[in-house]
Amino acid sequence: MHLAQLNVAHMRAPMDSPELADFMAALEPIYKVSDATPGFVWRLEEGDTPQDLIQHDYGDHLVINLSVWESRDALWDFVYRSAHLGVMQRRREWFLRMAEPYTVMWWIPEGSEPTTAEGMSRLELLKAEGPTPKAFTFKEFYDSNEAAWRPAAAEARK
Amino acid sequence: MSSDDLDTVTTLQDPVRRAVYDYVAAQGREVGRNEAAEAVGVQRTLAAFHLDKLVEAGLLEANFRRLTEKTGPGSGRPAKVYRRAPGEWQVSVPARDYRTLALALAETVELIGGDERAEEAARRAGGRLASKGEDLGEVLRRRGYEPYEEGSRVRLRNCPFHVLAEEHPLLVCSMNLEFCRGLLEGIGEDAEGARLDARPGECCVSFSKINDN
Repeated sequence: MHLAQLNVAHMRAPMDSPELADFMAALEPIYKVSDATPGFVWRLEEGDTPQDLIQHDYGDHLVINLSVWESRDALWDFVYRSAHLGVMQRRREWFLRMAEPYTVMWWIPEGSEPTTAEGMSRLELLKAEGPTPKAFTFKEFYDSNEAAWRPAAAEARK
Repeated sequence: MSSDDLDTVTTLQDPVRRAVYDYVAAQGREVGRNEAAEAVGVQRTLAAFHLDKLVEAGLLEANFRRLTEKTGPGSGRPAKVYRRAPGEWQVSVPARDYRTLALALAETVELIGGDERAEEAARRAGGRLASKGEDLGEVLRRRGYEPYEEGSRVRLRNCPFHVLAEEHPLLVCSMNLEFCRGLLEGIGEDAEGARLDARPGECCVSFSKINDN
C-alpha cells in the first residue's frame, strides 16, 4: 500500500500578488526536494511549470497539493526534515490560519492515482468523524494493516 | 520515572562504559568493536563486553555488517557493529513529568495560534541560558545538543525536544530555532548565524561557524 496525502491552504491574496511572490518562487525548489526525497512516489501536476497550481472548483484562493509516498517516514522526512520546513514556517505570511484540519492522509493500492475529489472527500470525512483508518493525520496515524482490519473489527463489535 | 529507566541509566555509571557509549553516540553511524576500543583506549574484549552490556540495556543497537568490500569465501564473517538506540530515558528524583505538561501547553499554543509569542519566549529563554564570550559548542552541549562540524557549518546530531518535536513539529522546530538564536545572542554573536536546516534524524537547526581560528 502507498500513502496518499492531500493538503489545502487558503491564500491571503491572489497568486499573482506581491504578497504571494515568495511562495510562488519557492514552489520549484521545493518540488525538486520532494521529488528527490527517498520514498516519494507521485504528485499531481498541472501544466508545464511549477507555478501552475492544481485546478479545482473549491474556491479561488485555495491551493491544493496531492501526493503519494511509500511510507509515513518518507512523507515525514519531506514535510518536516527538509527545506520544506522553512517554507511551512512562513505559512502565516501567505496563508490564512486554518481552524479546521487542512491536511489528510489515507492508504491507496500501489500503482493507483488518487484524485483531488477523493482527497477533498477524505478531508471532509476527517472533519466530520475525526481521524479514522479512512482519513487520518500524522498525529493520529493508522498504518496500512490497521486501515485494512479496523473497519472489519468495528463491524464485528456491533 | 519508571524503575526500568533508572536501571537503564545506571548502566552508564561505569566510566569506561560511559566513554564507549559517548563515543558511539557521537559518531552518528555504526561503529565496530575495534574502532570503539581504540577510541576509548581499552582492549577489544573489554570494549566488546561494554558494548554488549549497552545493547542489553537498550542504549545501543547491534547489527552485523561486513566492514570490508570483500565478499564470498575468505572474506570472513560479518563484524558486529553498534549505533545509538532511538529510545530515551528520563530519571527524575522525586518523580516529575514535565513532558506531559509541555505537550499540553504546546497543544494549547497551537489552538490559540500563539506560535509567535512562543517563539519570542524561546528566544528570551535561550538568551538567559548563555553568557557573553562562552563557547557555542559548550553552550550547546550543556543544553543537550550534540554539535559536530560539517563543511562550513556546525550541525546538531541530537534534538533535546524530540518527543515534543514529533507531536508538534512546526511549533517546536520554530521555537528551537529561536532558542538557538537566543543562545547566540547570549554569547554575543549574530543571531542570524542559526538557521533552519532540517534533515532526517537530526536537529532542525545548523550554525555558521563562528570560532574558526
